[in-house]
Amino acid sequence: MNRITFPILVAAALLVFVTAPFVIVWAPYESTMGLVQKIFYFHFPSWMAMFLSIFILGIASVIYLFRRTPRADGVAVSAAELAVVFGLMGLITGPLWGVKAWGVWWQWDARLTMAVILELILVAYLLLRRYGGPGSDRLAAGLGIFGMANVPFLYVSTELWRTVHPRTSVVPTLPIDFGVPLWWSFAGFMVLCLALLFVRSRLEEQRMRLERLYLTLEEE
Amino acid sequence: MKRSGCRFDVGLRLMLLTLFVSLVLVQTTFAVQPLETAQDEFVPMDEIPAEEQLPAAPLLVSAYAAVWAIAIGYLWTIGRRLGALEREILDVSRRVADREGS
Repeated sequence: MNRITFPILVAAALLVFVTAPFVIVWAPYESTMGLVQKIFYFHFPSWMAMFLSIFILGIASVIYLFRRTPRADGVAVSAAELAVVFGLMGLITGPLWGVKAWGVWWQWDARLTMAVILELILVAYLLLRRYGGPGSDRLAAGLGIFGMANVPFLYVSTELWRTVHPRTSVVPTLPIDFGVPLWWSFAGFMVLCLALLFVRSRLEEQRMRLERLYLTLEEE
Repeated sequence: MKRSGCRFDVGLRLMLLTLFVSLVLVQTTFAVQPLETAQDEFVPMDEIPAEEQLPAAPLLVSAYAAVWAIAIGYLWTIGRRLGALEREILDVSRRVADREGS
């Protein structure tokens, strides 16, 4: 990603997020849940952005484990942090939707429980990287791969187990009036995720550069 | 090897982690088992009853405000950390250059 791509990504993300409220207001109300269902247009894309981040984390972790590429390690850390951020968005918007739709803030069904566990796995990854000391980078890479392996189970959890959360079949069968605002917000979140990944990866690159400078200073 | 993270950054992360864990633990108090079957599809409608609008609106606004706040807040923390790193890089580069010059 270069200096031309990044501004384009930022501009695209801003465009989508500025126009998203208008698109969402245009969308019809859902017959069962009414107005509160419109949280869906941010709730679903935030989780998809988290899944994208986790897949980037997992793939970068695999590359780092087998090739020990510092850049892959930097991307992995960046992606893990993004996954926590987008997961937090999902965990906040979900109960706000659920308290109106289900009458309770939270239920320990399969989908919600797995979502919390996945978020905790990612927090554990970041804590391990921050406080783990020597060798924690490889251990965390293994944890990142484990986190990635959980994502398919989380996604199909509503199909495998009895749960109050809407099933995944809702999304492919959306009428177009619901689909347009959803996929518009989805595009915005994906672009935002990539733009944030670029910025966060730059932070890691600068951190590695600083470490090399300190090594140079100590050698002299 | 000197670490570049500042105490505020560590404290902020610890505070956020503590808040997150507290929220997860508190929600066990309000947890119930699912009683209804999952919804299979979303069905559009043209108008909603008036009594539906007011209670849902604060929740909707809060959800969107939370997303915006988290995104902007995270971007701000990246900017702050990047600024601190680049200042430190400049300082250490100068020290390396001074050492090499001498």
